[in-house]
Amino acid sequence: MALGFSPEELTAIKLSLRVGFWAMATSLPVALLVAMLLARGRFWGRSLLNVVVHLPLVMPPVVTGYVLLILFGRRGALGAPLAEYLGIVFAFRWTGAALASAVMGFPLMVRAMRLSIDAVDRRLEDAAATLGANRAWVWLTVTLPLILPGIVAGMILSFARALGEFGATITFVSNIPGETQTLPTAIYTFLQVPGGDAGALRLTLVSVAISVTALFASEAIAQRASRRAAGL
Amino acid sequence: MLSVSLSHRLGDFVLDVAFDSEGGLTALFGRSGAGKTSLVNAIAGLYRPERGYVAVDGEVLTDSAIGRFLPPHRRRVGYVFQEGRLFPHLDVRQNLLYGTWFAPRRAGTAELDHIVGLLGIGHLLGRRPAGLSGGEKQRVAIGRALLARPRLLIMDEPLASLDEGRRAEILPYIERLRDEVRVPIVYVSHSIPEVARLATTLVVLSEGKVAAIGPTAEIMSRLDLFPLTGRAEAGAILATRVAAHDAAFGLTILRAASGELRVPHLDLPVGAALRVRIRARDVMIALAPPQGLSALNVLPGTVAEIAAGDGPIVQIRLDCAGEPLIARLTRRSVETLGLRPGLPVCAVIKSIAFDHHSFAGAAPGAVGSDAEIADG
Repeated sequence: MALGFSPEELTAIKLSLRVGFWAMATSLPVALLVAMLLARGRFWGRSLLNVVVHLPLVMPPVVTGYVLLILFGRRGALGAPLAEYLGIVFAFRWTGAALASAVMGFPLMVRAMRLSIDAVDRRLEDAAATLGANRAWVWLTVTLPLILPGIVAGMILSFARALGEFGATITFVSNIPGETQTLPTAIYTFLQVPGGDAGALRLTLVSVAISVTALFASEAIAQRASRRAAGL
Repeated sequence: MLSVSLSHRLGDFVLDVAFDSEGGLTALFGRSGAGKTSLVNAIAGLYRPERGYVAVDGEVLTDSAIGRFLPPHRRRVGYVFQEGRLFPHLDVRQNLLYGTWFAPRRAGTAELDHIVGLLGIGHLLGRRPAGLSGGEKQRVAIGRALLARPRLLIMDEPLASLDEGRRAEILPYIERLRDEVRVPIVYVSHSIPEVARLATTLVVLSEGKVAAIGPTAEIMSRLDLFPLTGRAEAGAILATRVAAHDAAFGLTILRAASGELRVPHLDLPVGAALRVRIRARDVMIALAPPQGLSALNVLPGTVAEIAAGDGPIVQIRLDCAGEPLIARLTRRSVETLGLRPGLPVCAVIKSIAFDHHSFAGAAPGAVGSDAEIADG
């Protein structure tokens, strides 16, 4: 038994990391697209999109979880066809926990990216165009490298949010050991049973350790990226 | 060959210009707000003008009549911006090569070496833009634009953000582009010394319109344009050749159509062609060849035009063997001397009136000669 963790505790730790990674990885391309649209797009419904993106930030997590349950439950408007045609099931699975975490972390990710996109000197993009780069190349060779610090910051925020996600997850996919029991729900469970304090404390320490490591890593990566973007 | 005709409204400002130019360096001259940058941005395709026609060497880039508008990346119009706009996340070498990734035919190492040598930036290749001086940044920006193999090069006040010393550092390189690389250049400026030194063709812009266009020497000697070209720096340009050096007195003798000019020593071979700008305020007028005067340069000519205004200062254009020379005198002097068109006179210019702003090399040998010209 490594470091004195019980099998349940180890399962919860691994599951949390898995949920956090997939929540971050799957929302990354969508968040980047939405951030570009919000920062640069001039289209009807832009404010509406902005509001929708930010909803999970201001709604009670339980409400978000319930909305997910209605939409992605077994008989949900999106859940039923997804299960039937693609075999993707969210309800009471770890994938549902990842979805809930992704949704909750999405506004944080978009905001971080959007700030960095707004900060890009667009005159550099004009300069790239006069040198023969079409819009796709301009984006890949100028815009993307310049917003990299913002992307990294957004990824870390999303990952950290996923590790801490509780309300939406427990509402949407419940608290099933080995399937949807992540660090916060496991800690909550330990606190509900007599003599569970020790386990709760151990998981709390793990939680703190992961968060601190993630923050240090993001700080280091973002610093390197912004030094690069500043031309140093 | 560049052909431009544009009409575009930006708020209250209306840009409505048309001009043609035959290669060389075409300077767009005018005050801030005259529409210079709007004009070149339209040539580069950075915005779509309401109505317009832009063609370079027969290739039509914009023609609103048939709805043609090439996007900037397909124009092959190089652009050197006022602020350089180097990519901060790339080093100097990557900046230089950026355009070659997209050029129809890749620039080889030889070409990179040639441009790097031409601009004197070999020692900077591994550096990041943030660590460069203003002058170094501009030279890298020029190299970057050239390596993309443009058919036309736009330079929008490339020296405006630099101090005097750095300007003198860049000017010879721009002359080399004009004379050696032979890429047609559209050069935006509001500096008379720069324009006088560099431009083959001069387009004077005022409030979004073309006020005048023609060969630089001709336009700069037009008295009616002085309100636009600026009185203090106004002057005429003479085409000269180095005739001899006077080692004993440290002077160089230049031959112009109307006579000889003695100027402080220039490190140029005999026979080298040189443009000399003579500021109107440095020219005196005498009715007869003067005696007992320290000034060394006396050119005979006739009064061609007198532009009298309300003020105490009068602009006078002289015809010196077919070449124009401008003088600024007080109205009192004009009356005292009884100057009138057709009167034969002598123009008198002190040798030390020639400083490093006065000369522009038309021959390769003149490059870099600025530093050797003594200040008076």
